[in-house]
Amino acid sequence: MPMQANEIEELIRASFPDARITVTDLAGDGNHYAAEVVDASFKGQNRVQQQRAVYAALKGKMDGNHGELHALALTTKAPE
Amino acid sequence: MSEAEQQIKQTISDNDVVLFMKGTKSMPQCGFSSRIAGVLNYMGVEYQDVNVLDDDGIRQGIKDYSDWPTIPQLYVKGEFVGGCDIITEMTLSGELDQMFEKGGVGFDKDAADKIREANG
Repeated sequence: MPMQANEIEELIRASFPDARITVTDLAGDGNHYAAEVVDASFKGQNRVQQQRAVYAALKGKMDGNHGELHALALTTKAPE
Repeated sequence: MSEAEQQIKQTISDNDVVLFMKGTKSMPQCGFSSRIAGVLNYMGVEYQDVNVLDDDGIRQGIKDYSDWPTIPQLYVKGEFVGGCDIITEMTLSGELDQMFEKGGVGFDKDAADKIREANG
């Protein structure tokens, strides 16, 4: 089942309450999104660690053939 | 250790560069896999491709191994480097070149520069 952009943002927000989060629906089909997450907790972490934390926040929505999210292009960084 | 996990560890330790992907390097079956394979092919990097669509054990096993929910996954010198978004960023920033240089992995620097020129 497709997800709405605000549902994705809420899931991320639950784990990163102070982050700057931008979710974009790339194809307009509720299935291909891009998300940018800028959070202070990312400081000193490499990209893998940062994005692993975001995936964890999405609690399995990305997983496998039955995942609700087919494609989420992630960009993560610490605030400048 | 499961058979899949053993196989994953063996492949990653036997090869400097390994790409777990959907499809093969000559015939990728997913746009995200195709993007990384395309970069490595173009840069002339020697790498081992593993088609996760051939084996459900590997397909799930590699996600458990790296604690990363998506495929493709690139490994250099035994270490998980990232998926499609991270590799794209690292290609454009030159970090991928640095990683290959540091690991003694051969690649065509001119080709890498051309990718950056075309996407700069």
